[in-house]
Amino acid sequence: MPANKSFTSRRYVINTIFVVIALVFIIRIFFLQIIEVSNKSSADNNVFRYITEFPARGLVYDRNGKPLLFNEVTYDLMVIPHQMGKNFDTLGFCKLIDTDIVTFRKKIKTATTYSNFLPTIYDEKIPKEQYGMLQERLSEYPGFYIQARTIRNYPQPYCAQILGYIGEITPDMLEDDEYYKPGDYIGISGLEKSYEKELRGKKGARIIMVDVHNRDMGSYMKGKFDVEAKAGQDLYTYLDIELQEYAEKLLANKRGSVVAIDPNTGGILAIASSPAYDPNLLVGRDRTKNYFELLSDKNLPLFNRALSGRYPPGSTFKPIVGLIGLQEGVLNTTITYPCYGGFPLGNGKMIKCHSHPSPLALLGAIQTSCNAYFCKVLKTTIENNHYPNTEAGFDAWRDYVLSFGLGNPLGVDLPSESGGNIPTSNYYNKSFGKGHWRALSVISIAIGQGEIQLTPLQLANVAAIIANRGYFFTPHIVKAIGSLDNLNKKYLIKKYTKVNPEFFNYIIQGMYGVVEGGTAHNIKMNNIQVCGKTGTVQNAGKNHSVFIAFAPKDNPQIAIAAVVENSGFGATWAAPIASLMIEKYLTHKVERLDMEKDIMDSKLINNY
Amino acid sequence: MRQPKNIFSNLDWPLVGMYVFFILVGWINIYAAAYNEEHKNVFDFSQEYGKQFMWIAISIVLILLVLILDAKFFSTFAYYIYIIAIAVLIVTLFIGSDVNGSRSWIYFSDSVRFQPLELAKFATNLVLAKFLGDIGVRMQDISTRLKAFVFIAIPAVLILFQNETGSMLVFASFIFVMYREGLSGNILILGFALIVLFIFTLLIDKLIVVGFITLAAIVFFFLINRSRKNILLYLFIYFLTIGFVFSVNGIYENVLQTHQKKRIDVFLGKVTDIKDKGYNVNQSKIAIGSGGLFGKGFLNGTQTKYKFVPEQYSDFIFCTIGEEWGFVGSGIVVVMYVLLLLRILFVAERQRSSFSRIYGYGLASIIFFHVMINIGMTIGLAPVVGIPLPFVSYGGSSMLSFTVLLFVFIKQDANRMQVL
Ligand SMILES: [Zn+2]
Repeated sequence: MPANKSFTSRRYVINTIFVVIALVFIIRIFFLQIIEVSNKSSADNNVFRYITEFPARGLVYDRNGKPLLFNEVTYDLMVIPHQMGKNFDTLGFCKLIDTDIVTFRKKIKTATTYSNFLPTIYDEKIPKEQYGMLQERLSEYPGFYIQARTIRNYPQPYCAQILGYIGEITPDMLEDDEYYKPGDYIGISGLEKSYEKELRGKKGARIIMVDVHNRDMGSYMKGKFDVEAKAGQDLYTYLDIELQEYAEKLLANKRGSVVAIDPNTGGILAIASSPAYDPNLLVGRDRTKNYFELLSDKNLPLFNRALSGRYPPGSTFKPIVGLIGLQEGVLNTTITYPCYGGFPLGNGKMIKCHSHPSPLALLGAIQTSCNAYFCKVLKTTIENNHYPNTEAGFDAWRDYVLSFGLGNPLGVDLPSESGGNIPTSNYYNKSFGKGHWRALSVISIAIGQGEIQLTPLQLANVAAIIANRGYFFTPHIVKAIGSLDNLNKKYLIKKYTKVNPEFFNYIIQGMYGVVEGGTAHNIKMNNIQVCGKTGTVQNAGKNHSVFIAFAPKDNPQIAIAAVVENSGFGATWAAPIASLMIEKYLTHKVERLDMEKDIMDSKLINNY
Repeated sequence: MRQPKNIFSNLDWPLVGMYVFFILVGWINIYAAAYNEEHKNVFDFSQEYGKQFMWIAISIVLILLVLILDAKFFSTFAYYIYIIAIAVLIVTLFIGSDVNGSRSWIYFSDSVRFQPLELAKFATNLVLAKFLGDIGVRMQDISTRLKAFVFIAIPAVLILFQNETGSMLVFASFIFVMYREGLSGNILILGFALIVLFIFTLLIDKLIVVGFITLAAIVFFFLINRSRKNILLYLFIYFLTIGFVFSVNGIYENVLQTHQKKRIDVFLGKVTDIKDKGYNVNQSKIAIGSGGLFGKGFLNGTQTKYKFVPEQYSDFIFCTIGEEWGFVGSGIVVVMYVLLLLRILFVAERQRSSFSRIYGYGLASIIFFHVMINIGMTIGLAPVVGIPLPFVSYGGSSMLSFTVLLFVFIKQDANRMQVL
């Protein structure tokens, strides 16, 4: 006993050790439970499976209520790598989905690199036969489940470039918007892109609980925290699918575009770019292959020429030159200019003209498209004495031009619209030196050549402006969003040019003459009064054929521009196409079947 | 000499109360961890909680038996009980069934099995108390230390052969008993130092460790202990330490088995093995962490309910406590264990007989070690070795063994006045 007495104090050492260890534990538990909240979300991730409910994407209708696309439900096989567990029956699974182990491992590795804990698409758009079988047997393979998703489906093989397509979101798009998760689909081009926010709706989420074997244990709290998906809004467009189809058919096997606008609203009736493609090519399992085929096509079917293509307008620009001259007071309908086969540039060279009666006043000049006349008009406009110098005169002239919606993108509701080009005086100062250029230096812009470039959409809008006698609504596809009475507010503003409406009637009279007995008399119809202007655009290759028009002359219903690349005279290709479109739209049937057949059957595409 | 009026007089009620607390905590949480929708009845014998109830009932019978027996029974028969326990351990090595590589279970039927090493803990504690408690046995004697060491080592080695590393380590806890009875305090420090060295050597480059030791030795020598007398001993210890450092890899590579190495690696964070060994710890930390301050509530632990932690009702029962009862619940459990241990030590110190005191220390040491390792592994502070949480984890063998361990002590205490 006495021996033990001396060690009694050691009890305190032992007591202390016990207490210290306990304190360490309590601190550690405190950290785990209170400080490191991340464990909480890990726990959620373990037990909860957030099933995303994808809303039905909004549909798109044409002006007559015909759907331009449908939604189709497809099934994606999803995987959450960390739930697969170490006892995953790889062989059985590979057999089930008919794949080899190497592919399987590679895909799982990719999925794991993205996230071990979040679902990734393992395989998409599972065929219907496979879906039933998978649904039955998938419970044996933890970590895998099937998710429904809707994709697009197109009843008509047209409008591909307008509608655009949806595709899996890219990493940099993900950074811009928190709404999206990897694997989500987003509008990549066309209306799908510009109306993405309206079309996509709002994703919903269902929370279900799973056990360690990935078995569904029912919804969490009886669905109290589930969020219903909200369907996307439908788009009601001005498009006339029959007119669109007709445009694409007329343009078949040519490079070019047609844009038809209702001048009363700015609504786009048809906007075709050729070559076009069937929108169904870019959905479904082969879409990647199809996409690359389209991408590598030298005729650039994915490129929407109608709003991204820039062309010198050629003679179709002359009405604008005339209108500005009238507004500036340097021109009236009685002034005549002679034409001696062209417009001399003073250095022995000249802007050539074709043979026609001379001298001519404004009407005749438009009707015959006299180059000399409009060169003279431009010269008198920008070298007008009430401007201190040519540069100031040019700047004033340019302001008029811009007021026609040129030089900048119009703001159509489609992505990748180009603004064309209207050169600035700065540009010429750089080319010639400040104060060292005169109207003659830039005279080719008078006939829509030189640096001037317009998109077919801008050309059509110019036709609409003339049809309206001086104003326009920004061209747009979508009339209403969600319901027919919810108008697309952005496009209700009337925009006036800087030219007084009274002057337009002179030009219109001239353009009427173009079709009645001028350069485009070949497209004259007895029942419809069409006003038009041809353009034959010189460029590196064969001339582009350009034509702008509107009809009827009084109370116009359609304004149109057509461009056929490297084909020849404006009257040969673009004018008939525009004319047929007008006939189709206004009478709903085409009587000039020979002309229609000629155009449709022509294959210019092999000449390029 | 006073005769006790009945077997319940003089019982240390705080200890009994805490015992009841732990038993109930265990049962409730086993119910939650093993909860089966189709067998909701807590007495359903097909489920772990039903079986646990049966073990509780048997425990009560055993408690009565222990209390009825003469207080001297266990000290008198200590050696016999020890010999029987050792014999059963040896027999187990031959007839034991292989369960996950360990041969520590004897099966009586498919569902009735027994783990003799639980008996061995009790027996070793008894025999140590008996031996060290004998008048005339002094801890200072080399022979005493040697014999005590042998008493501990025999079952420990046999259990190691059964491949039950965790339970084997429990025997190391008797170091507290020896320390209390007079073993040099250096042994605790040395043991602690060796563990730290072992871990550091595996984690850091050996040369850096040697550098630190050398630096520490020089500082120690010049600042604290300038006497030249002990320089030889000093150098000896220094080179011994260095030798240990260089042999650590040898021990690690050659002595330890793959699964033990893996546990150490995972514990040290050298490999992150979320799927395998690290899986349990990771899931267990997730479960506990998700409990928050007040927990998710009884039967609401999603991690527990959906069985993300394997066999949670046995070794990982603390996860359930942490997830469903939160920091408050798990904190209370830890505090209660400390109170239990301190109470045992307090009661031990009031014993007149050395046997009872030493037995009490042994009891506290065993419980302490179990709690430390078990909770430690669920919160990632100790490697994963499968030993149960005393009184709480599911399982008959450990339940009965801890009950007997505790109540033999309570019985000794109840009769302490009868000891001369
Ligand atoms: Zn001329």
